[in-house]
Amino acid sequence: MVLAMVVCANAGDLLLKRGMTSIGAVEFTGSGLAHAFRLTVTNPIIWTGILFLLGFMICYMTVLSWADYSYVMPAGAFGYAILTFLAVVFLHESVSPRRWFGVILICIGVLLVGQTKPRTTEAVEPQGEKVTA
Amino acid sequence: MIGTFLLLGLFLCSTTGGEIALTHGMKATGEPERLRPKELLKFLGRAVCNGWFWVGIPLMAFSFYALLILLSWQPISFVIPASALSNVVGTLGAKYILKEDVNVARWVGVVLVCVGVALVSLDSLPMR
Repeated sequence: MVLAMVVCANAGDLLLKRGMTSIGAVEFTGSGLAHAFRLTVTNPIIWTGILFLLGFMICYMTVLSWADYSYVMPAGAFGYAILTFLAVVFLHESVSPRRWFGVILICIGVLLVGQTKPRTTEAVEPQGEKVTA
Repeated sequence: MIGTFLLLGLFLCSTTGGEIALTHGMKATGEPERLRPKELLKFLGRAVCNGWFWVGIPLMAFSFYALLILLSWQPISFVIPASALSNVVGTLGAKYILKEDVNVARWVGVVLVCVGVALVSLDSLPMR
């Protein structure tokens, strides 16, 4: 579930970047923001990215229902390692040693957090409604 | 350049606030019985009835639009790693607001992730 969360998040981010690049730089004025909003809601690449981010959201909500936020959050950083590998394999980008070192640190950090207990808090009392799970 | 960092600050605050509210709401919702479509739909149904969900979503929606604008201003290799600063803010929020037990191993892991992200970010400096 965490892996699906990371893959969906990164696919969504990449598609959003591609979609927003096709729109161009957004002007930070009232009319500029309104114009950018019209362009974003009519762009199919952005909608595909949003679908991936919706998948991420469902995975994220499910994981947060049983695991700590401070446990789940760093796992998302594993996506930077995936992005770097994808950039090398598919885009044939050259990656500096400094960047590889950063990726290694991220992986070690995620592994360290992964070794801790996933949940350290008690269940939160539901707000009025009875939880059947 | 100032605009980029101002918007990045707003993005970090809204992301962390939204996710902390969402985490609280999901803990109150309870986990799905099984990871199957029907059970997940029931879980989502319960989740949207929780007030904290509706506190978190507007904040996350704001952070999402801020992310879109940042992505249009700067390369993804700067924006996405820089947005990972929310790891530190989020861990502080998890410890002091959600009362999670953030032990040494978890802190070391978070710090390593942040240093790693900073190193990755140095490969592409902002141009605006």
